[in-house]
Amino acid sequence: MKRLFLILLFFSSAASAQKASIVKFNVLQKLIESKEKNIKVINFWATWCAPCVKELPLFEALNASRPDGVEVTLINLDFADKIDKVNSFLARKNMKATVLLLDEIDYNKWIDKVDKSWSGAMPATLIVNSSTGKRRFVERELAEGDLEKLISEVK
Amino acid sequence: MKAMKVFFLLAIGLMVFVAATVIKTGYDVGDKVSEFKLKNTDGKFVSLSDFKKEKGVIVIFDCNTCPFSKAYNDRIIALNKKYSSQGFPVVAINANDPEKSPGDSFNDMVDQAKKNKYDFPYLVDETQGVAHAFGATNTPHVFVLKKEGDNFVVAYIGAIDNNAHDASSADKKYVEEVVDAILQSKPLPTTKTKAIGCGIKWKNV
Repeated sequence: MKRLFLILLFFSSAASAQKASIVKFNVLQKLIESKEKNIKVINFWATWCAPCVKELPLFEALNASRPDGVEVTLINLDFADKIDKVNSFLARKNMKATVLLLDEIDYNKWIDKVDKSWSGAMPATLIVNSSTGKRRFVERELAEGDLEKLISEVK
Repeated sequence: MKAMKVFFLLAIGLMVFVAATVIKTGYDVGDKVSEFKLKNTDGKFVSLSDFKKEKGVIVIFDCNTCPFSKAYNDRIIALNKKYSSQGFPVVAINANDPEKSPGDSFNDMVDQAKKNKYDFPYLVDETQGVAHAFGATNTPHVFVLKKEGDNFVVAYIGAIDNNAHDASSADKKYVEEVVDAILQSKPLPTTKTKAIGCGIKWKNV
């Protein structure tokens, strides 16, 4: 019985993992420039980027803890025809945070609009306080505690 | 006492100089490139000065493992085919730490060069010193060097073109446009672009 329960639990949680939606830059831009009163944590990652995959649990944990006024969005930069690979990755890791696959291959049209300092290397994370406009951009793998520190810096 | 003061000022001057040198990371467009010497996949060493008779060099920081490097591999081979005969060869450099990036060991580089019939050097930057000197951040990361007098000067830094996924859909071929402009002594259309890519796998220091 217990085993059956565990199996059911496994399937129900696997089924509720996030699926990525394919978006264009305007969606990301709206998110960055939104006037909604909260703090946006936006992480740029890809399934093939090992340090990105390594730091994803930090974003998942933040998303799961649902701190007041913080919204986590994971921007996936795999090629758009690899969406099945991305979705099976999300199911395997049972990820719950919102994932948007950014289908914009002409990178020079938008990289600078995320942050002028971004060289294009991943992982990269943007934290924006939509109320005050305060922002932090980091182009490196984050360690435990870094996200909380960055969030407190834009408060 | 006066000597003391002079010494003190000199010391401060030196500190500022050293600090400025440390802060500056990598080459910018217009900078003179220092000589380097790295081992090729055939075991022989290749230096920048080996190309002093050429009109320039297309230096590409690349690797075996990155999906962007794989997507651009045919285009890198094609760049050398098109431009080496015009005095503008490709020199590929792999700076990834093989401990962090299995698949980028020297032996793997030898296999890659053989399998894909590289007719250009594919050099291993074991100490990552050349990648640091250039300020390379990701793969593939291109530095077009133009020969000016006795020196090589950086003419362009960035991506190969504007579509990593599909060569036929790229409508801005940055590197080709820059090299063509140099060969025709025309003003450069672009000197800097950015690209999403795999970061170079640096050693832990």
